[in-house]
Amino acid sequence: MNLSSFLLMRQEIALLLIILLLVIAEIFIPKRRKVSIVHLSVFLFGIHAIVGFFEIDESTLFGGMFRSNNLIHFFKNVLNIGVLILLLQSADWIEEKIVNQNKGSEFFILLFSSLLGIYFMISAGDFLMFYLGLELSTLPVTALAAYETMKRISSESGIKLILSSALASGVSLFGISMLYATTGSIYFSEIVQALTSTNLTLLGMVLLFAGISFKISLVPFHFWTADVYEGAPISIASYLSVISKGAAVFILMIILFTVLKPLAPIWENMIYTIAIATMFIGNLFALRQQNMKRFLAFSSIAQAGFILLGLIEGSQLGTATVVYFVLIYIFSNLAAFGVVQAISLQTGKERIKDYEGLYRTNPNLSLVLMLALFSLAGIPPVAGFFGKFFLFTAAASKGFFLLVFLAVVNVTISLYYYLLVVRAMFLRKGDNPIPFFRNKVYMRIGLVITVLGILLLGIYSPLYDYIYDLSSALN
Amino acid sequence: MIPGVSIYEILTITSILFFIGVYGFITRTNLISILISVELILNASVVNFVIINKYLFPEALQGVYFSIFIIAVAAAETALAVSIIINLYRQISSVEVKEIETMKY
Repeated sequence: MNLSSFLLMRQEIALLLIILLLVIAEIFIPKRRKVSIVHLSVFLFGIHAIVGFFEIDESTLFGGMFRSNNLIHFFKNVLNIGVLILLLQSADWIEEKIVNQNKGSEFFILLFSSLLGIYFMISAGDFLMFYLGLELSTLPVTALAAYETMKRISSESGIKLILSSALASGVSLFGISMLYATTGSIYFSEIVQALTSTNLTLLGMVLLFAGISFKISLVPFHFWTADVYEGAPISIASYLSVISKGAAVFILMIILFTVLKPLAPIWENMIYTIAIATMFIGNLFALRQQNMKRFLAFSSIAQAGFILLGLIEGSQLGTATVVYFVLIYIFSNLAAFGVVQAISLQTGKERIKDYEGLYRTNPNLSLVLMLALFSLAGIPPVAGFFGKFFLFTAAASKGFFLLVFLAVVNVTISLYYYLLVVRAMFLRKGDNPIPFFRNKVYMRIGLVITVLGILLLGIYSPLYDYIYDLSSALN
Repeated sequence: MIPGVSIYEILTITSILFFIGVYGFITRTNLISILISVELILNASVVNFVIINKYLFPEALQGVYFSIFIIAVAAAETALAVSIIINLYRQISSVEVKEIETMKY
């Protein structure tokens, strides 16, 4: 092992350097010019996201604890793009509300630390690295959820998030200890060779699955989701629902498809039940929401249920469809959260009722939100349709026709409540509509990128073929 | 390895500890008590790792070093949770669960 083998961790090292640079910048930039730290962070992270696209070797480090291949590398790039869009969308909020409390640079340091944890989590080659990555990705976000220390609901959402995630990690640790007891190793590659279907292994698998399900907010582990999303700052809610959830789906997929492959007939049943429960409960609870953030929270629970349709396939097709769907989901959900954030920043309004008549005053914003909701619902010309279509194909190829039928029923239910918002924006004339406002440059760039993603990703078919080729690395 | 004590007895105790923790997490109405319950769950896993390593796979130290990392991370987790609880206490002068229900359904 020589120094150049550390190039495998290039993304992690670069991000760590950015974090350290921000710490130094926080010390040396004088107090009245703290705004420049926002521009600095966006600029540095933009460079990091672009440099990330250069190729990386397929290899392992530290005796197999850290590994990287093209699929993992591609997924890290997807997450980079998501975080970059999120930074662009939240830059104005930080400039106006956070910097004057003198907490600007901590926001970026904590956010990047969480992303670093996600990197380590998805390239983990053993359960220790997985656990450390999971914790490093969760703890900074809980601090960020309680970031608006003057607001009561922010602290409430922080305490709810940290207690739930601590319970989740405790439960999954207990499960890992059982897998360790039956197989004698914590390395993924050694566990898969020694794994047999005993009762203790199954209990371990169920507990581990429950722990990761907390992160993805699958039913019945979803209770924290709506409260945390409502109380936390909007950019953190969107980070939790997009980046954190996408990464947790990815690592769950790696663990199910590689480590727990011998138990596939058993976890198929488990996922089958949980997928149905998640889709129905997410959709039915979304119907009665009045607050836009709670509404998006339940919609993201329902989307997690759809993702399970790809996971149940259990091989290359499933991997490709899940990664493709997560890529599209990142763009669609970030667009929706971006519009909510823009309106909340300008007017402080977050209820669906306040959106009545939005089209007359702010036609561009309402068009972006409409495209995002159509993509989340899966209406043909936009990208979300193709993502859902491939997921359903994956489940149908294994013969789960009843599950696909129930999923289609759920798409119809979800269409109803997404269209409720669209109706409020376009057809209703509100008594007190949101006045016209212009977004700043960062927010506008962020929204334009998401719209381009929603419109083009579905039509550009080589992308799916590319992901499908990469997916062979996992199986 | 403790003479006269088999692995079954210790694993039974850690399982009981784990479920006491889960029960406490669900039923307690004080945030600090909930935090203590979470610590019980984490410590049950720590003991599990050490015992399994010592009794079943003594040739490598994977379980032992895993448990050290768990203890360190658990300390960080507790510190963060307590700091958020203190911040909440400053605003509502209470650490009861029934006071933090402004967001519901």
